[in-house]
Amino acid sequence: MTLSVEQDVHVEVPATNPRRLTLRAQLVRSLRRYWQLYLLLLLPVVWFMVFRYIPMANAIIAFKNYNPIDGVWGSPWVGFDNFANLFRNPVFPRLVGNTFLLAAYTLIASFPLPIILALALNEVRLRFFKRTVQLVTYAPYFISTVVVVSMTILLLSPRVGILGRTLSFFGAGQVDLLADADFFRHIYVATDIWTTTGYSAVIYLAALASVDTSLYEAAKVDGATRLQKIWNVDIPALMPTATIILILGVGNIMAIGFEKAFLLQNALNLSTSEIIPTYVYKTGILNANFSLGATIGLFNAVISLVLLLVVNGVSKRVTGNGLW
Amino acid sequence: MTTINTEALLTEEIVVAKSKNRGRRRDPLSRGVKVKETRADRTFIIAAYLLLAVFLLVVVLPLLNIVASSLSSPQAVSSGRVLFWPVDITLRGYTEALGNPAIVSGFANSIFYTVVGTVISVFGTVAIAYPLSRTQLFGRKVITGGVVFTMLFSGGVIPMYLVVQSLGLLDTRWSMLLPNAIGVWQVIIAIVFFRNSIPDEVYEAAQLDGASELRILWTVVLPLAKPLLAVIALMYAIMQWNSYFDALLYLRSADLQPLQLVLRGLLVLNDIGGGGNVAEQLRRRELADLLKYSTVVIATVPMLIAYPFVAKYFTKGIMIGAVKG
Repeated sequence: MTLSVEQDVHVEVPATNPRRLTLRAQLVRSLRRYWQLYLLLLLPVVWFMVFRYIPMANAIIAFKNYNPIDGVWGSPWVGFDNFANLFRNPVFPRLVGNTFLLAAYTLIASFPLPIILALALNEVRLRFFKRTVQLVTYAPYFISTVVVVSMTILLLSPRVGILGRTLSFFGAGQVDLLADADFFRHIYVATDIWTTTGYSAVIYLAALASVDTSLYEAAKVDGATRLQKIWNVDIPALMPTATIILILGVGNIMAIGFEKAFLLQNALNLSTSEIIPTYVYKTGILNANFSLGATIGLFNAVISLVLLLVVNGVSKRVTGNGLW
Repeated sequence: MTTINTEALLTEEIVVAKSKNRGRRRDPLSRGVKVKETRADRTFIIAAYLLLAVFLLVVVLPLLNIVASSLSSPQAVSSGRVLFWPVDITLRGYTEALGNPAIVSGFANSIFYTVVGTVISVFGTVAIAYPLSRTQLFGRKVITGGVVFTMLFSGGVIPMYLVVQSLGLLDTRWSMLLPNAIGVWQVIIAIVFFRNSIPDEVYEAAQLDGASELRILWTVVLPLAKPLLAVIALMYAIMQWNSYFDALLYLRSADLQPLQLVLRGLLVLNDIGGGGNVAEQLRRRELADLLKYSTVVIATVPMLIAYPFVAKYFTKGIMIGAVKG
């Protein structure tokens, strides 16, 4: 999972001209030679400017008192007032806590399962069975969040749902887990695992497929059991991939999905289900408080970026693996 | 479950015997020397099969329950009699869904967004990834860096909303097509693919023949890149078909809404519409329960049909992204 597309050596200066050309001259030459490629680049680059970089610039309204008449640049500055208000808001600690807990729980719970699935699949020789398991466990990844949540609601429904009925069969009366704040996180994580485990396992399977077979031979000669083989050959082979996935997961810890939390949310489970992204939507869009919404969003984005940088740095030092 | 596993173990011997001839066996030692599996190994492999069977059931059973319910009678669904097999089989749920104007228009809108959106996205991705894959292009490192950076940091929802608003895209079909047209991950996959699968000699040969850069892309590179195009097209198509957040943010008019938003109204908000006497309401509620199941199936089926055809390429696509080099 590499972010560096820039590994190859840059070959540019022609043999006839050993002196380094100035940047400007290089650009002119390149433009003349590859003008068609630059033409091709034009639209997507404009797109990135408009839909990715202008929003970054717009985030400046976190430091302003935004009003639609004056626009992003004309609205008056307020310095860190929005942030001060945010931090003083009694909702804020709960928001951060909910977001962090939900994300950390998701990360920890859904990290080992794909590895276990991949290791088990790797042991199985019956190809039909193996392929069926792979194809089926992979499929939920293609099911949309709305459908997954809809399914969850239907399955958990005390009246018609199969899980809901089972629960009320064993428990006392009708239990509606979705209306119970204590269960929100478990439901969220369970649906997450259901959706992504098969998909994530593919990545680990790819890593296992590239293991040098002589290592297995050596293990066999040494009389290793299957378990020892997994422990001493497979697991070390998976480490680099697992590290990268973990780093990305930690980097995204605050960027936990809006969609599912928002859809699973209801008035009764709000005390655990209100997370930063859903709050941003409600304050920013529904209540049209753009500045406050942008402030929370920016706070979140910065925390995520810092987390990513820190974890990547630590990982590079400890394991030698990193994103860049 | 136990029968599956003993069977699996028995068949494994056969598979191993067969694959020996095909030379597909992974550990070559067992080809000559017959290493007897220890008891621990046997237990272990049974555990692996069991584990996989459990995974399989956990994924399949909820799906089965939903599909079975969608094919059952309204009364059977409402009284909770459906498990994993339809009770009183009927297509009532589906005829009801297809008679619902909101679901039909949502379906049509989703198809429109998916088809047009995918075309725009694939074009945009190739247009940026192909030039950036050409090592001689001046300035490509700066542009690549700029693209990758957007993966790490973004302005956030509100600043993005302001851009869409100021471009006058709010509540237009464009708001579903443009704001998330290009995915950085897809761009990276495409760059790596172009770089690895097109040798430099191809460019030299084409240039000697006097082909222009765009002509090389069109007649040489793109035909070679069909697996890549299939992968990223599927990725984008799935994203578009499942897209819900953009619609929630930017669309107001009911006639522009994609199926996912209609589904949310139906299921999550329980927005059925009511009135009438008690018997009428009861009948309506029964139908509504059934309608939910069939709509869930309708919203999922197109992607699940597309998936097996491209799954092979798709796995390859993830691996391009996953494995270094």
